[in-house]
Amino acid sequence: MKAAIIVFPGSNCDRDVAVALEASLGHRPLMVWHRDTDLPDLDLIVVPGGFSYGDYLRCGAMAAHSPVLREVKARAEKGTRVLGICNGFQILTEAGLLPGVLMRNRDLRFICRDVHLRVETDATDFTRQYQAGQVVRFPIAHAEGNFFADAETVKAIEGNGQVAFRYCDADGAVTEATNPNGSLGNIAGIYNPGRTVLGLMPHPERLAEDLLGGSDGKTMFDSLVEALS
Amino acid sequence: MTAITPDIIAQHGLKPDEYAKVLEILGREPNLTELGIFSVMWSEHCSYKSSKKWLKTLPTKAPWVIRGPGENAGVIDIGDNQAIIFKMESHNHPSFIEPYQGAATGVGGILRDVFTMGARPIANLNALRFGDPAHPKTRHLVAGVVSGIGGYGNCVGVPTVGGEVNFHPSYNGNILVNAMTVGLADKDRIFYSAAAGIGNPVVYVGSKTGRDGIHGATMASAEFDEKSEEKRPTVQVGDPFTEKLLIEACLELMATDAIVAIQDMGAAGLTSSSFEMASKGGLGIEMNLDLVPMREEGMSAYEIMLSESQERMLMVIKPGREDLARAVFEKWELDFAIVGHLTDNGRMVLSRHGEIVADLPIDPLALASPEYDRPWVAPAKRQPVDAREIETVCPVEALKTLLGTPDLASRRWIWEQYDHMVMGDTVQRPGGDAAVVRVHATGKGIAITTDVTPRYVAADPYEGGRQAVAEAYRNLSAVGALPLAVTDNLNFGNPEKPEIMGQIVEAIRGMGQACRELDFPVVSGNVSLYNETQGEAILPTPAIGGVGLLNDVSHSATIDLKGSGNAIVLIGETKGWLGASLYLREICGREEGSPPPVALHRERRAGELVRQLIGDGLVQASHDISDGGLLVAVAEMAMASKDKIGVALDAPTTLPLHAWCFGEDQGRYILEVRDDDLPTVLEEAVEHDTAVRVIGHTGGRVISVGGRAIAVEDLVKVHEGWLPAFMAGTKE
Repeated sequence: MKAAIIVFPGSNCDRDVAVALEASLGHRPLMVWHRDTDLPDLDLIVVPGGFSYGDYLRCGAMAAHSPVLREVKARAEKGTRVLGICNGFQILTEAGLLPGVLMRNRDLRFICRDVHLRVETDATDFTRQYQAGQVVRFPIAHAEGNFFADAETVKAIEGNGQVAFRYCDADGAVTEATNPNGSLGNIAGIYNPGRTVLGLMPHPERLAEDLLGGSDGKTMFDSLVEALS
Repeated sequence: MTAITPDIIAQHGLKPDEYAKVLEILGREPNLTELGIFSVMWSEHCSYKSSKKWLKTLPTKAPWVIRGPGENAGVIDIGDNQAIIFKMESHNHPSFIEPYQGAATGVGGILRDVFTMGARPIANLNALRFGDPAHPKTRHLVAGVVSGIGGYGNCVGVPTVGGEVNFHPSYNGNILVNAMTVGLADKDRIFYSAAAGIGNPVVYVGSKTGRDGIHGATMASAEFDEKSEEKRPTVQVGDPFTEKLLIEACLELMATDAIVAIQDMGAAGLTSSSFEMASKGGLGIEMNLDLVPMREEGMSAYEIMLSESQERMLMVIKPGREDLARAVFEKWELDFAIVGHLTDNGRMVLSRHGEIVADLPIDPLALASPEYDRPWVAPAKRQPVDAREIETVCPVEALKTLLGTPDLASRRWIWEQYDHMVMGDTVQRPGGDAAVVRVHATGKGIAITTDVTPRYVAADPYEGGRQAVAEAYRNLSAVGALPLAVTDNLNFGNPEKPEIMGQIVEAIRGMGQACRELDFPVVSGNVSLYNETQGEAILPTPAIGGVGLLNDVSHSATIDLKGSGNAIVLIGETKGWLGASLYLREICGREEGSPPPVALHRERRAGELVRQLIGDGLVQASHDISDGGLLVAVAEMAMASKDKIGVALDAPTTLPLHAWCFGEDQGRYILEVRDDDLPTVLEEAVEHDTAVRVIGHTGGRVISVGGRAIAVEDLVKVHEGWLPAFMAGTKE
């Protein structure tokens, strides 16, 4: 599998995801600076977390209009797998690669903690080593992760099986109490209709090693390596 | 030209005798720009003029200390050609006036102190003190400071892994915001600030200079009065995005051979950075202020030199490397300007619009700043409190009350607003005795803690100073780390008052003694004085930031109980010391008595024992006993356990029960030990000449002592409940 991680000014989870991906992949993924638009042949593009361009206008809005994102979009249209984590998810929605928007958290505060997620489908390259319905634990760390879309879009997302993860409790129950940020339908991550692009607010790369408290996230990188190698 | 009147001199915080010294140094009257430069260079904040004499008595050396105080931050050796660089610094005055920006720029400033030396910042901590929760401003200040720290740290992508928070009415008018950064560098790639090479270019990088923060250092060197709110314009505005770019650009350039010397622009901005670099190198600097990147038009030399705009650095680079350096900063879209060059005449010569606007000798300003031996009086000794004369309350009821008091309640509401996991190396998150971060891509770990118990220091500055150091030592030992060195942040009131100066002198004496006896030298620090409002001083608060090393990070101990049927082992001696305790203050409403004494030789032996037991894998969970005493420590271990495991305690009959449960005797730890390992643990304790006793066993879901019991879940509710309810405005 040939993987690349896009680095914007203000990205700060680029190294973290590179480390996690390398552990599954066996070699360091390519780091692509935001001004480079000449991407090599790739199987996976990761848009990492952080505060691209300071997130000053609106989270992800500036990065979505950067030259490298035009290239990422072109690749995504050709079927290259794209994974956007946290700020990466915000960028992918701003760029129109994924539907919906990510608004300020319900309580208007930044939240950093582990959450439980229900894996909604295992029929994707991102989740093939999980099982549908399985409960996993990933950390969140964001102030703008409150997923919203209009009723029609939500209907389409739900109808097409585009929901990737929902916030739940340790037993998999999806309730208002397990919703950390006010997201519609407790949605933590979504796919495009072809399930080749995934955006999620939680950070799989942060719990990909037992020493750090758990390795549920490693399964996502293992799945990608298995599917794309 | 503005005439220099006594009024103007006073506005600049210079005393008449200090101004006389200015005249003597210059042999003429200074102009306004020069006066401004003297004012900030000689401010308490920059010159340490009241504390210097006493700071010199602190031990600063050990075989593993690479660089002690005097640089931007202290440097210690952790083996494998790696060094840890760290420091703690206050941003108290600005944070009270404008809590979000004050705290945010405090984080930004301490980060720069560390990466300016070539280290990648790997962890942030903070030690915060707020006023009475019932005070109308407290909630607003907590909210602002916490979101400011988070807003800055989260964006730069350095995890905020720990810290401490206290509430006390003495901080009503002067909150304390002390921020600490720990960085990692290659031992042979450390950068210092001494300028070298006559003719070498002096380069300005980072953000543009604006009119913000002018005279911040002078503000931080005076008491507050009712007009302090008017000082809001002296608070700087932070931009963590630029800081992130600056970190990456500096580290990228540091990987080349271009940099000769580098210094961040912190308090007193371009003034202190340029004077410091020149003075340390024994050289002069000529700068053309027209070349300084400016945010606003029409800035005067005075404003340029005194601006405290954030995210700026000054460098001396090797001739011929200008283009290389410029390219790096342009890649990161930061300003880069050659503003001057080094000279051999030992003078700072500044020009603006083609005219010389300041011509000052560097060393007399930088080195001959006033040094005071201020009069001081030793504080009156308080009497010990006799436990038998203290009110007895049902121990589990008292426990429940204590766990919901402002000083003991869970800080989760705070640290969940800090990204404490970014960088992917956080092994122990906030909530334990010390944070543990892995040294990236190695098996080693760094443990970090901040500690001081201000009510002890107030009761007896000498004992309180010793205790602050000992507690840092204990917190590091409790996770299994070898304590290596400390940074200190000395927060006190007005040093011109002999009783306050007495607190400073005695606290430093106590700290110094503890540091010496524990082989725990001071490698960096910061002093914040004049923390007074309308004559009311804060509790003396010498905060200690301790750093320790774990050779095998997978062997660190955590506080959460792991299983049922394990022994609860008490390490250290218990005499039931209730003087200056939280029990006395919170349950009995009495702030009195002398604080618990620290026996440093026993502290050291207990620490060595605990570290050895953890290293040998004999400890399931470990926690030091501090605020609130033994029963609080046991409850914290139970509440942290995944399954809310209980503990049945077996109290001795030789002490009053409340004294055993809530006494704050020092030098103690609670360990959870498997029965199989118990004989070895007891033997080792005897071997280390340390008191040891099995005081109970884990199991069930309740904590029981003295025939009373309470469910761990009930304690969790109280413990987790207070801060969110307070911040939501439903509780004071």
